[in-house]
Amino acid sequence: MGDSNMAKVVVVTSGKGGVGKTTSTAALGAALATAGKNVVLVDFDVGLRNLDLVMGAERRVVYDLINVVQGDSKLAQALIRDKRVPTLSLLPASQTRDKDALSDEGVSRVIAELKEKFDWVICDSPAGIERGATLAMRHADVAIIVTNPEVSSVRDSDRIIGLLDSKTEKAEKGERVQKHLLITRFDAARAGRGEMLNVEDVLEILSIPLLGIIPESFEVLRASNLGSPVTLNNPGSAPARAYFDAAKRLNGEALDMTIPSDRKGLFGKLFGRRAA
Amino acid sequence: MKLLDFFKRPRTAPVARERLQILLAHERAVSGKSDLIAILQEEIMAVIAKHFPVDSDGIKVKMERGEVVSTLEVEVEIPTPMCPSFPLPAKPAPAEPCAAGGVEAAQTGS
Repeated sequence: MGDSNMAKVVVVTSGKGGVGKTTSTAALGAALATAGKNVVLVDFDVGLRNLDLVMGAERRVVYDLINVVQGDSKLAQALIRDKRVPTLSLLPASQTRDKDALSDEGVSRVIAELKEKFDWVICDSPAGIERGATLAMRHADVAIIVTNPEVSSVRDSDRIIGLLDSKTEKAEKGERVQKHLLITRFDAARAGRGEMLNVEDVLEILSIPLLGIIPESFEVLRASNLGSPVTLNNPGSAPARAYFDAAKRLNGEALDMTIPSDRKGLFGKLFGRRAA
Repeated sequence: MKLLDFFKRPRTAPVARERLQILLAHERAVSGKSDLIAILQEEIMAVIAKHFPVDSDGIKVKMERGEVVSTLEVEVEIPTPMCPSFPLPAKPAPAEPCAAGGVEAAQTGS
């Protein structure tokens, strides 16, 4: 199992809702796990949990993060092992309780315990800048800021970057949380026509390093309909390839930045659909 | 006409980019300042509390940004019985407690 000194705690955050935090948490986690890493996905969205649904584990939830934080259940009882990738686990959020049931000390203890067991602890943050979001980022070594190329998402990301620099354990110790930008729902054609902010615009405004560019794709919805991370459901699809590359960069590999595309010629359009 | 409009559709992304750059430059400055004001409030409070019994609601610190000069307004309320006997102002006596009136400091630049 993981060496707690090497274990990395990642928060997937954005400020704005609906930009793809949960999708990205699932896709990146599954990508790292298929590469042989021990990965746990932790849902911090207490009261509005969805990571279980996107992972297809909604009927297997017995205990949740709050039960573990409050000592009502052991960590091992609450962890749900993925049926497709044995090195991937999920710690679901509670659907009925309030985020105030999460104590700072309880969360610290659970994160420390997870670091003993896993190589990557990936925390799916709730939207907003309230306590739920600051708790999710509290122990992070690395932050992935999920941003759509759209004004309100970029503004909220800027706000979240400010919080990462002030409200995290690292920031309080005078250290820095490593920040990465993940641009999702990107449409290269629209950006090319000047109808959508392009990657350079977003990078210049937020000035943090780029982890990946996930193209807008129906494959993402198709995967969540089926309860499977897009990287498992259709590993060859454009968004999946983008997530695999992002996962490799997260793991320290240097890769050229590309925007994978599903665009096919006429032949592909006519006959390619059937494969889905 | 409609078809022509379609081909001439203006590029909106540069507008988005410019609006964001202006807005975030302002918001970053403000969020830095609001921290500074909280710190100032705490430190001023500590100094005053050495001499007067004041509670934390009794101090208001406000920063207003102007084009050329910005002002920092500090207002401290002290219960009158605790107040040393400075003469009260003659006629247009303000209803405020004695040491209250804004102690204003101007800060140049913005």
